[in-house]
Amino acid sequence: MEIIRSQKKNETTSTNLSLYRSAPVLEVRLDDFELYAIDRLRVLKGISDGLSRGKKPDEMEKLVNELWRSNMRHLDASQITNKDIISHFVLRLVYCRTEELRKWFLSMETTLFRYRFRIESPESQRVLMAEFQLPYKALSHVEYEGVKDKLVQVSRSIGQTSTVDTLFFKVPFQEVPELVANRRVFLLKGNAYVAMNQVASIVVSHFRSNLSKALVLTNRKWTSTIREQEKGRLTPIVEALSSSYLGPDYSQSREIADISLKDIDQLANSSFPLCMRHLFNRLREDHHLKHGGRMQLGLFLKGVGLRLEDALAFWRAEFSQKVGSERFEKEYAYTVRHNYGKEGKRTDYTPYSCQKIISFTPSVGDHHGCPYRHFSEDNLRAALSTMGIGGRAMDDVMDKVRNHHYQLACTLTFEAIHSSSCDTGINHPNQYFSQSRKLLSPKDQLST
Amino acid sequence: MEKDLNGAVDMQIDECGQNKHSRNQEDQDFSSNILKCTMESSSLMQTFVDGYHGKHPAQDQSYLSRREFSFTLENDIYLRFQSFKNANEMEQSVKEKCPHKIDIGPVYSIDPVKRHAYAQSGSNGFAPVERELVFDIDISEYNDVRYCCTGSDICLDCWPLMAIAIKVIDAALRDDFGFNHILWVYSGRRGVHCWVCDSKARRLSNEQRSSIADYLHVYKGSENSSKKASLTGSVLHPFLVRSYTNVLIDYFEKKLMHSQKLFSYEERYQKILGVIPDESIVTELHDKWKADRKSSSCFEENRWNQLKSLLQSRKQKVQGLRRCVEEIVFTYTYPRIDMEVSKHMNHLLKAPFCVHPKTGRVCVPMDPQHCDSFDPTAVPTLSKLLEELNTGGWKADTENGWSGTSLGESIQFFRSSFLQPLLKTCREEMESSYNAKVQSNKNSLNW
Ligand code: SF4
Ligand SMILES: [Zn+2]
Repeated sequence: MEIIRSQKKNETTSTNLSLYRSAPVLEVRLDDFELYAIDRLRVLKGISDGLSRGKKPDEMEKLVNELWRSNMRHLDASQITNKDIISHFVLRLVYCRTEELRKWFLSMETTLFRYRFRIESPESQRVLMAEFQLPYKALSHVEYEGVKDKLVQVSRSIGQTSTVDTLFFKVPFQEVPELVANRRVFLLKGNAYVAMNQVASIVVSHFRSNLSKALVLTNRKWTSTIREQEKGRLTPIVEALSSSYLGPDYSQSREIADISLKDIDQLANSSFPLCMRHLFNRLREDHHLKHGGRMQLGLFLKGVGLRLEDALAFWRAEFSQKVGSERFEKEYAYTVRHNYGKEGKRTDYTPYSCQKIISFTPSVGDHHGCPYRHFSEDNLRAALSTMGIGGRAMDDVMDKVRNHHYQLACTLTFEAIHSSSCDTGINHPNQYFSQSRKLLSPKDQLST
Repeated sequence: MEKDLNGAVDMQIDECGQNKHSRNQEDQDFSSNILKCTMESSSLMQTFVDGYHGKHPAQDQSYLSRREFSFTLENDIYLRFQSFKNANEMEQSVKEKCPHKIDIGPVYSIDPVKRHAYAQSGSNGFAPVERELVFDIDISEYNDVRYCCTGSDICLDCWPLMAIAIKVIDAALRDDFGFNHILWVYSGRRGVHCWVCDSKARRLSNEQRSSIADYLHVYKGSENSSKKASLTGSVLHPFLVRSYTNVLIDYFEKKLMHSQKLFSYEERYQKILGVIPDESIVTELHDKWKADRKSSSCFEENRWNQLKSLLQSRKQKVQGLRRCVEEIVFTYTYPRIDMEVSKHMNHLLKAPFCVHPKTGRVCVPMDPQHCDSFDPTAVPTLSKLLEELNTGGWKADTENGWSGTSLGESIQFFRSSFLQPLLKTCREEMESSYNAKVQSNKNSLNW
């Protein structure tokens, strides 16, 4: 990055932040291999929890710092960097193996990198940028004058005032997706005009895309050679690491006996999270749901233990009132079976997590998504009050919603309804359901 | 693209389905004609999807065979992951299966037909690698702001909503994102599709696609939220300002407000007033309008002006109130794209030049410059095209074989304004990457 003032070639400036360009050549003891990885996993899990609890950037910064310091220590200070690098590469092996795993790892490592980058000194930040060889040109004075109005307009639109002596770079828009998505940059003919203080986002996106490509390569190497070669040594460790640390995916109901159709209304009322209650009620009323709603509710019901035959009966009973049973069999039964892996690809679809549901963008006529995120305030209030939320509890929930902490809002709702605390937070509608069942009918639990 | 931009080209012109309804004795003729249509249009479509290449040494020969097509057959049977080595093979398959509808998917890392073989060998290398950037705008998304039609019907009164979407998005794609090869088509039923075919568009990752979709996305309404457009910040982003002043406000004040009679009925203006957060203003306007009983043709004009002056002139301390005028206009005009279609590489989209299976109308390309004068209700159906072909306006196997039909003009437009420039750019890109390769090979040899 030629731009940043005249860079002093300062050989001694170095950084603690690794870009993990190449795998370590050091000898690693097998014990360390595993221990380091577990320590790093604690950091990533902590980050994942923080994100799903909706922590704000400054809270995240603090959290990431603490997690890093408490888990990534080493008695021998000279080994800290090694531990960082080794643990990263071990987890690459662990998390390269499916799309889902890669996505999670990529997102957590990127977050980790983002916050670590933030606390680096300006000098070492510059070193890192140079390492990425970002070939962007700073706007010349003439160019700047040409688009100045627009740049001022953009920074005012995102609530920043002084652009006067900010340095701007011209960057292909593809490299700053986050800034583009939130309209935080001016775009002209494929270039984003990025302010100096937004550069961190570029560095992070480079880190992310490098890592993303690397993971695919690792996956290839893993399947073609490493798994076989390391059969007696690393492979068992790697495989154990991934399975022992993944949360349940609720693709099969485990905790509670299958539920039956006759109980379903009562269960919806007592133990469904708001997103599913809403879909359930709409379905009962309209006898119809659009595709997004059918998937979200259908997979959830599978996860809570509704058997395929019951699911078919359930959907048929509603849909046939609207479209007739013939059309139901022709157009909709397929998806129900498909969700249970009985048609088509035969993959077992897993119920959606909160994170996924919250990320949806439902449109007119859709009822899926997370009410805390997608309802207007009035509608949300109305919906909550039918669940018996009011007074203080209502204020607390709405407060979380306004701060975009949707899962926390859902957690507070859970706590208010069940008069019991929920320390883990709500991460999954099926988790909501099973925790609710545990509290409401502990006897069921014992008998299964 | 005038009114007679009609005609039906289509590869999957349902030889089977449609024929059943056609006059018996002419069946033979029809069939052979349809078959010719099919050939012609399939070659058009082929150039479209595979046209990025030509016979250049740098061309990746397996490109077409890694492209997913999907067929929808007569009984809604859905065949995904079809792929073809060449145009011939595709024609054969179309003839055999008579699909009602063909969708185009992404280019995968490997031939989608062989995906299982790879899955078994354990490597999950089956993933989309290239895909045009696509947009799908559907008139039924606007059902809460139009009163002329219901469901998926579309008429000249609500078509301006589509014209707005085309203009706003087309301008953003060209001016903001720097794309050049953009194809707009009328989907044949209830909306428009957009295909961005620049090579840099085809290589966008899902994340980058999402970022573009989000950039264009203002509308936040689901059934359960009253405010449909939320604009924040003390100033709007230049893209929104430009869209507003160049497109939205004009269409709202000159067209939609009148054609949809937004201020003439209480139930309609109530909805508009619902956007204003200040009770006293809402009451003031509402009472005034309600009292005004004599019918007038300029309700729209007058009431809109009253609303504007009340919101803007008062020394509104609350900045949100001044923003209301814009929010109303955005709510009633701003494009509502189907986000999911644009965000993911592996979303399927109906092929251009298809006949829409429900309406029989052809999915025709259109000129974004003249989208105002486009008339979706005049897009001819398959049967009309067949008639034209039969009455002899059509000569087979010439380059301009369609010139005699009402489809001639849009094909002409498609070729000259979209296809040729696209092919030229692709050739140049291929050429230069090939030269670069040759050059670097030479260098390494010398060395
Ligand atoms: S937070 Fe999760 S469980 Fe709760 S309503 Fe939203 S998506 Fe459903
Ligand atoms: Zn209409």
